[in-house]
Amino acid sequence: MNIKNINQGLEPEIVISVQNLTKKFGNFTAVDSISFEVKQGEIFGFLGANGAGKTTAMRMLIGLSRPTSGKGTVAGFDISTQTEQIKRTIGYMSQKFALYDDLKVWENIRLYAGIYGVPDSLIAPRTDMLLKQLGFEKERDTLVKSLPLGWKQKLAFSVAIFHEPKIVFLDEPTGGVDPAVRRNFWEMIYQAADKGITVFVTTHYMDEAEYCDRVSIMVDGRIEALDSPKALKNQFNARNMDEVFHQLARKSTRNSD
Amino acid sequence: MNQFLAFVRKEFYHIFRDTWTMIILLVLPIVMLILFGFMMTTEVKNTRFAIYDPSRDVATQGIVNKISMSDYFIFSGYLDSPDQIEDVFRKDKIGLVVVFSERFYENMMHTGDAQVQLIADGSDPNTAATLTMYASSLIASYQQDMMGEVKIPYQIKPEIKFLYNPTLKGSYNFVPGVMGMILMLICAMMTSVSIAREKELGTMEVLLVSPMRPVQIIISKVVPYFVLSIINLATILLLSVYVLGMPIVGSLSLLILISVIYILVALSLGLLISSVAKKQMIALLISAMVLILPVLMLSGMMFPLENMPWTLQVLAHVVPTKWYIIAVKKVMLQGLGFSYIYQELIILSSMAVVLIVLSIKRFKYRLE
Repeated sequence: MNIKNINQGLEPEIVISVQNLTKKFGNFTAVDSISFEVKQGEIFGFLGANGAGKTTAMRMLIGLSRPTSGKGTVAGFDISTQTEQIKRTIGYMSQKFALYDDLKVWENIRLYAGIYGVPDSLIAPRTDMLLKQLGFEKERDTLVKSLPLGWKQKLAFSVAIFHEPKIVFLDEPTGGVDPAVRRNFWEMIYQAADKGITVFVTTHYMDEAEYCDRVSIMVDGRIEALDSPKALKNQFNARNMDEVFHQLARKSTRNSD
Repeated sequence: MNQFLAFVRKEFYHIFRDTWTMIILLVLPIVMLILFGFMMTTEVKNTRFAIYDPSRDVATQGIVNKISMSDYFIFSGYLDSPDQIEDVFRKDKIGLVVVFSERFYENMMHTGDAQVQLIADGSDPNTAATLTMYASSLIASYQQDMMGEVKIPYQIKPEIKFLYNPTLKGSYNFVPGVMGMILMLICAMMTSVSIAREKELGTMEVLLVSPMRPVQIIISKVVPYFVLSIINLATILLLSVYVLGMPIVGSLSLLILISVIYILVALSLGLLISSVAKKQMIALLISAMVLILPVLMLSGMMFPLENMPWTLQVLAHVVPTKWYIIAVKKVMLQGLGFSYIYQELIILSSMAVVLIVLSIKRFKYRLE
């Protein structure tokens, strides 16, 4: 059903919209009244130091955590009440890549395709196409545990968008991978965005921020800056995103852990 | 349905591809049953015994013959002096020494004061007690044979009969216990470890973001282990009937009903443990401490509950295995029907309901 939606409009539709979203754990305000919008096909970078609240914010968007206050929609569905519908329209890739090591490459693809309800008749041809695109044809029957980290990461991303979701959420997808492999990985993200998939990515690598269409920078639970990387660099009179980030992060009173 | 099948298939891949899981699931039950069934019996067979006999007369010869002829003892030899007794216990593999007094037959016939001493190795008190008991009864029976010739006006002769297990086979006691233990081990430990594993590897998070509902995840996680437990149940029952010679006196379907309820209790215990444990190692440790130990110690399988201090007896009430073993014994050995085990059934069913509700609640709670 998503195939139709993907290349639908030329005027970008708003797919994520959040107003005054807040999450408190007891007295601690992890996310403090954040508001932003993400358009379809956009690559939206969600930046912040560890402990700034970006993972908590993302967990509310994907239905793993309920907001304390504020509201928001993802793909048109309410994040407080319609989490089931949201889960069906999004893809998700976690920091740990989360493939099953003791399953073969094709078995992993098949499992997630099944969980996301991709019809059986589509699974086989799409798997072939995917393996071809990745150049993994020979690895079809390889157990995932014997793949190098970079390959696992690519496979995890491909699995996350296999059911052609409207939006894909990536939680620090490039952790532990060297910069060359990271750049390679970002090419895949661009391809997905070209197909109309909105990419919501959290990261703390500032070189990756440059690849995003727009970035938001979270400090102590609040969004301190939100614009395109170019505009942010102008605004903060900085040479690169790293400097922008450090100027903002200086305000932090939380310990990053 | 498709989701469910995809997930269950994946669960079976995990099981079949891990050697240790396969060993625990398929080999361990058989090994345990055979070990407990054959080796951990309280019967003592073919024990070697020695004799110190200064009399060497008709009566002592008769008693020695009587003992040697029995299944329990094998005659090993005569000792020349009492000093050798300790020696033979140390050197030879001897379980019992029989010492006769001097001029045994003569004393027996005239003064009625013939003496036999039985010496056993007290460092293993259970075996020693069993051996001396067997030997005394053999001697008593020799005496009765003799009495046949001499008429005694009054005689009280207790005849002992052990109901439901006439030959006192150890396996009758252990098999229900082993069934309770194996099912607990497989259902609870394996499910809790496999769920903890998903958490440890981060795949659980991905599953929770997927359109699968938490309850669906739980059910698809539990179903494979349920199927395997049923297979194990069948294997155990077949082995105990055809290899260990256990009878199933009562109704088989009733036996299966109790076992299925017990399996549900064990599975939900596993789920509960996994809601606490975030790592496989911790799940394994909790399972071992919370499940295996109480099951071994407090289920009545190894140590009779009646002899325990009352605190432990009270504690034993919450061990599901205890109730399972009681019910299995009633059905398997005594052949009792539904009306005799409804109490155990109610207790186990309530445990299952409480644990399932609790673990599903906890599982959901964790999402927040």
